[in-house]
Amino acid sequence: MNSESAKHVFSEKVDDWLMGFYDAFEFVKLVFREAFSGGFEFTEFVRQCYSIGLKSLPLISLTGFVTGYVFTKQSRPSLMEFGATSWLPSLVTIAIVRALAPLVTSLICSGKIGSGIGAELGSMKVTEQIDAMEVSAVNPIRFLVVTRVAAATITIPILSFYCALVALAGAFLNVTVNEETNVLAFLEHGFDSIVFLDIITAVVKATSFGFTIGMIGCYKGFNATNGTQGVGQAANSSVVLSMFLIFIEELFIVQVANWFR
Amino acid sequence: MEKTIEIKNLYKSFGSLHVLSGVDLDVHENENVVVLGRSGTGKSVLIKIIAGLLTPDRGEVKVFGQSVPDLTAKELNELRLKIGFSFQSSALYDSMTVRENLEFPLVRNLKNMTRKEIDKAVDEVIEAVGLKKTLDQMPSQLSGGQRKRIGIARTLIMNPKIMLYDEPTAGLDPITCQEINDLMNQVKEKYRTSSIIITHDLTCAKETGDRVAILFDGKFAYQGTFEEVFGNPDPRIRSFYDYNFIEPKLQN
Repeated sequence: MNSESAKHVFSEKVDDWLMGFYDAFEFVKLVFREAFSGGFEFTEFVRQCYSIGLKSLPLISLTGFVTGYVFTKQSRPSLMEFGATSWLPSLVTIAIVRALAPLVTSLICSGKIGSGIGAELGSMKVTEQIDAMEVSAVNPIRFLVVTRVAAATITIPILSFYCALVALAGAFLNVTVNEETNVLAFLEHGFDSIVFLDIITAVVKATSFGFTIGMIGCYKGFNATNGTQGVGQAANSSVVLSMFLIFIEELFIVQVANWFR
Repeated sequence: MEKTIEIKNLYKSFGSLHVLSGVDLDVHENENVVVLGRSGTGKSVLIKIIAGLLTPDRGEVKVFGQSVPDLTAKELNELRLKIGFSFQSSALYDSMTVRENLEFPLVRNLKNMTRKEIDKAVDEVIEAVGLKKTLDQMPSQLSGGQRKRIGIARTLIMNPKIMLYDEPTAGLDPITCQEINDLMNQVKEKYRTSSIIITHDLTCAKETGDRVAILFDGKFAYQGTFEEVFGNPDPRIRSFYDYNFIEPKLQN
């Protein structure tokens, strides 16, 4: 064994990967410790909720509506083959509530919010603004990270709920254009198949996705290096990693939920 | 005079790169110490260790008699209220106006202050740096010199007893450099601060430093007044001096 390889437990790449995982774990631990050690920055939290939540509404409205409309339109031919178009409201409601609304909202938000947080904190890191905050005796984890993670964790479930409503409106528009129905009949048919577990699972998913988006954005931003290039990398890797983790979490939560069905 | 900063046998490495290898330095009350040295010799690392932004590998760093690496987070924050740090990049918060930048340390640390008291404190420091008309501007609208001055004003608002300046005149034109030098001297007189000034600029060192220390190979090779240090025949010091004071060279 040469001296270079003797420095590593496995190989350089594997060791780096494991160290990155350990650093991320330590970061999450630090954020939790600061979040529950008093002195919550409420004003900054409200500002972040506005920035993450309210400013995302137009995009969520558009994507939610289109998703509901297109999903309904594309599901119709398959159901028509079996003469089961009356099941369309149930099908689309189940799909929207259980999967589409939390997933579409989270993917949109990881692109819009995750990259925004990664770039903003990354830029603050490389221009020493985070150090400046620290030497001003202000805790940057509490002021910048806890507020953003909390805002993402709380607003993304609310946005998911809103996305579900807008997607159902899109689905209803498509159904009402093709079949004679009204809102009450559509919703009654649709929500007949929805059980409490579906709602709980959707809320758990959206909360978990929101936490992931906020935490990954902050972690990547806080660890940005190499000037403007590092800021770009922080924004980019925030999106890629949070999207990847969202799908892993989706898989895990759906598995766990199915044990209770 | 009482010592405000005491550094003994300080070591700091980044991986295999040894940056500080046994640094000793004392700074006294109301004294400006200029730290000179080539790029990458650990000057900024030194003041970041004093401010508790970096942890030394070994050695002693005491500020007002308190050992910085041994302080708890709460004690460190209390100490930091007495330390002003002017960053090389100014480090103004780009999402806030100049007024919000100046208010930030006050609002976050002294939560019982009234609006009137905050406004008074802001007016006082902005007048000290002579940039009152920039209060409602964003940092991106300011020139390099203005940003430096606002960065200094933001630290002055907490009435610090120690000022750490990281390359205060870097990248500025000679007239603005002179203004910053004058400002650092005014801060010393008005706020009775002890300061460490990191710079490559020998004019700045001559005008602001009560004492000059030169960092070579991870430790201070020479300390003394400007004249004492630059009267030394050491070729490393001569080359530093000759490059900065180009005019006598051209005359010769």
